[in-house]
Amino acid sequence: MKAKHQRLTLAIIAVVAVFGAGILAVYGLRDNAALFRTPADIAAEPVPVGQAFRLGGMVAEGSIEEQADGITIRFMVQDAEAQVPVLYAGITPDLFAENSGVVAEGSLDTDGVFVAETILAKHDENYMPPELADVDMGRDISQ
Amino acid sequence: MIAETGLAALWLAAALCGLQLVFGVMALRSDDSGVATAIRPVAVVQGILTALAFAMLIWLFLRTDLSVELVAANSHSAKPWLYKFAGTWGNHEGSMLLWVAILAASGSLVAIFERRLKEKTLIATLAAQSAIGLGFYAFLLFASNPFARLSPAATEGRGLNPLLQDPGLAFHPPTLYFGYVGISIAFSFAVGALITRDVGPVFARAMRPWILASWIFLTLGIAAGSYWAYYELGWGGWWFWDPVENASLMPWLAATALLHSVTVLATRDALRAWTIMLAVVAFSMSMVGTFLVRSGVLTSVHAFAVDPRRGTFILALLILYIGGALALYALRVGTVREGSRFEFMSREGALVVNNVLLSAILGIVLIGTLYPLGVEAVTGEQLSVGPPYFNATAGPLALLLVAAMAVGPLLRWRRDEWRNVLGRISLPALISSLALFALVMFASPIGILPMLGLILAAGVGAASLAPLWKRNLRRTPLFTYGMVIAHLGIAVSMAGMAFESAFSEEVLVAVRPGDTHQVGPYTVTFDSTRPVAGPNWTAVEAGLTVRRGEGEPSSLAPQARMFSSPQTETSEAAIRTAWNGQLYTVLGNGDGSGRWQLRLWWKPFVTLIWFGGILIAFGGLLSLVGRVRRERKSMERESWA
Repeated sequence: MKAKHQRLTLAIIAVVAVFGAGILAVYGLRDNAALFRTPADIAAEPVPVGQAFRLGGMVAEGSIEEQADGITIRFMVQDAEAQVPVLYAGITPDLFAENSGVVAEGSLDTDGVFVAETILAKHDENYMPPELADVDMGRDISQ
Repeated sequence: MIAETGLAALWLAAALCGLQLVFGVMALRSDDSGVATAIRPVAVVQGILTALAFAMLIWLFLRTDLSVELVAANSHSAKPWLYKFAGTWGNHEGSMLLWVAILAASGSLVAIFERRLKEKTLIATLAAQSAIGLGFYAFLLFASNPFARLSPAATEGRGLNPLLQDPGLAFHPPTLYFGYVGISIAFSFAVGALITRDVGPVFARAMRPWILASWIFLTLGIAAGSYWAYYELGWGGWWFWDPVENASLMPWLAATALLHSVTVLATRDALRAWTIMLAVVAFSMSMVGTFLVRSGVLTSVHAFAVDPRRGTFILALLILYIGGALALYALRVGTVREGSRFEFMSREGALVVNNVLLSAILGIVLIGTLYPLGVEAVTGEQLSVGPPYFNATAGPLALLLVAAMAVGPLLRWRRDEWRNVLGRISLPALISSLALFALVMFASPIGILPMLGLILAAGVGAASLAPLWKRNLRRTPLFTYGMVIAHLGIAVSMAGMAFESAFSEEVLVAVRPGDTHQVGPYTVTFDSTRPVAGPNWTAVEAGLTVRRGEGEPSSLAPQARMFSSPQTETSEAAIRTAWNGQLYTVLGNGDGSGRWQLRLWWKPFVTLIWFGGILIAFGGLLSLVGRVRRERKSMERESWA
């Protein structure tokens, strides 16, 4: 192989690798990126059962119910327009509370209940999940 | 006066940085040797001044000087001294000052120790380093002044995020930054070499120790961050594919590729243009990481500042430096002479495979990390990209890379034969097959990625030791040991990851005093809860009795802590480490009637993940020492000749 050709071959390999990675990435993203939705979004446009997404809103007042197993909780996530019931088995994050912002990762089951795998709440009293900044909760929850 | 001294030192350092750039340009344009000899001392003094400024900030934090805005906003007089000290960089301004201090220190170290590089290239390198410096001094002084006064002084500070109040804060950020910012030297070397058109084996040998040094720190910093997140967050995970984690992984991937391509350049004078490109990419990834973490576009425990001006400033710097370097590259790469050519079936061929795969993984991680930001900027739609994406795309490529790593070191430089390679790889392949057999026969069914991970780890562990086979161990150079140990570390770390993902056991229960649960080899009994207090927190502490099989019972005490300033709750996991794994316990919420949530994990061989990381870094250290010693010897020989 001539020197010129080798350089060209290497350049082609590099370009193919980069494009290959790009295509792989695009396919991966199409299947695996989780959208952020609020209860109002779900009311407007139903989400298929089992599709992973992030649900954000406020934990409705008086809605947190402990289930008998002591592990699972059920609560309502609401914004100004709609509510979605959420089931979560696990230890809730430290600043998880009623009338406070929450982002849950999971998917809807056949009964329209959002089964959360993870719950993200605030890191400290100044912090608010960024997605929630623009959500109209119907009242001020920054306090 | 402490704050003013610090600020003055910073301004002086910035001025010297400007001088360094002017001197550099002058020395490159003419052959004025006076200016050329002045550039090294200027770089050294600049480094000392930023170190002084940083020392002043530490002093302010140790004294909790509440007349300084930054201290008042981020510290508290009741904090233990370690967190006052480490809290210096637990905020936006302080961490940027640390960033700049390390940048300047890197320049000083090059000015003091670099003797191998051609004088002109060294001057161009120091000029490039000062060009980066100027931008970040401006960022500090105009947009992130750490020494701003607060008038009137606060009566008490607002405190530090409790998640950061951990010994990890003293170690993880500085280590990571040494790696992150240290890689700027490779960038400056590349720019310097492009300016003087001096790309070749001598240049590569000069650049290699600097890359190695920052790569070691980067490796340690990432491992430390991973372990810290693992025990502090109480989620039991060691890698979340969080954007800030990716921000540290991307420079590591680029630096690892660079480390291998620079070896090809040093040994065989090939991959010239590619190596220069990688050096530019590696530091670009550091700056992208800095932008992601420090601009406020992401929200995480790492993002302190939410000031859009700052984000724009860093973005402008990023575009300026990356764009400038790429433009220079485009202009000059045509003049970089073609390197030597080589056979595919050779060590250098394998290193090309390494580079291609590392670059592909880097691309995938970069796309996955930036995609949500891009989508939000364009459509306003918010989405998140997490483990499903990264595992599915980067996972298989990483396994392929590790498989290639088993073969590469067994190949000879220049040219090798398939038959010989097959002979050398047969024993590791046999070990992998045995691992496969054992997994299929004796273990419960596991996922395909962990399965491949375990099989590969077994074979690669053996293959990584193979370069020492039949060699005189006393005469084997230190850097060969370095390579062997670093590669072994990859196998060890991968084994830990695969074991943890495949065989972890988790128990999540609500317990009353006296309840006993089994997890892995342990039985855990919940005895009681009691209140405890620390210097700036109170907590509920669970008393657990844990017993392994028929062994002696012992106790563990996970806590749910309440910090007073700022008011925050955190959970402190209690962990029992055994030779073959960790028992990880977290206390959740109580229901008021004496029932408490308890989360227990048995994580077999999880510690191998970080032990592997330490091995990798130690291998890097051996390589570094070995290379520097050999360079010094060859320089001595030259000076005698």
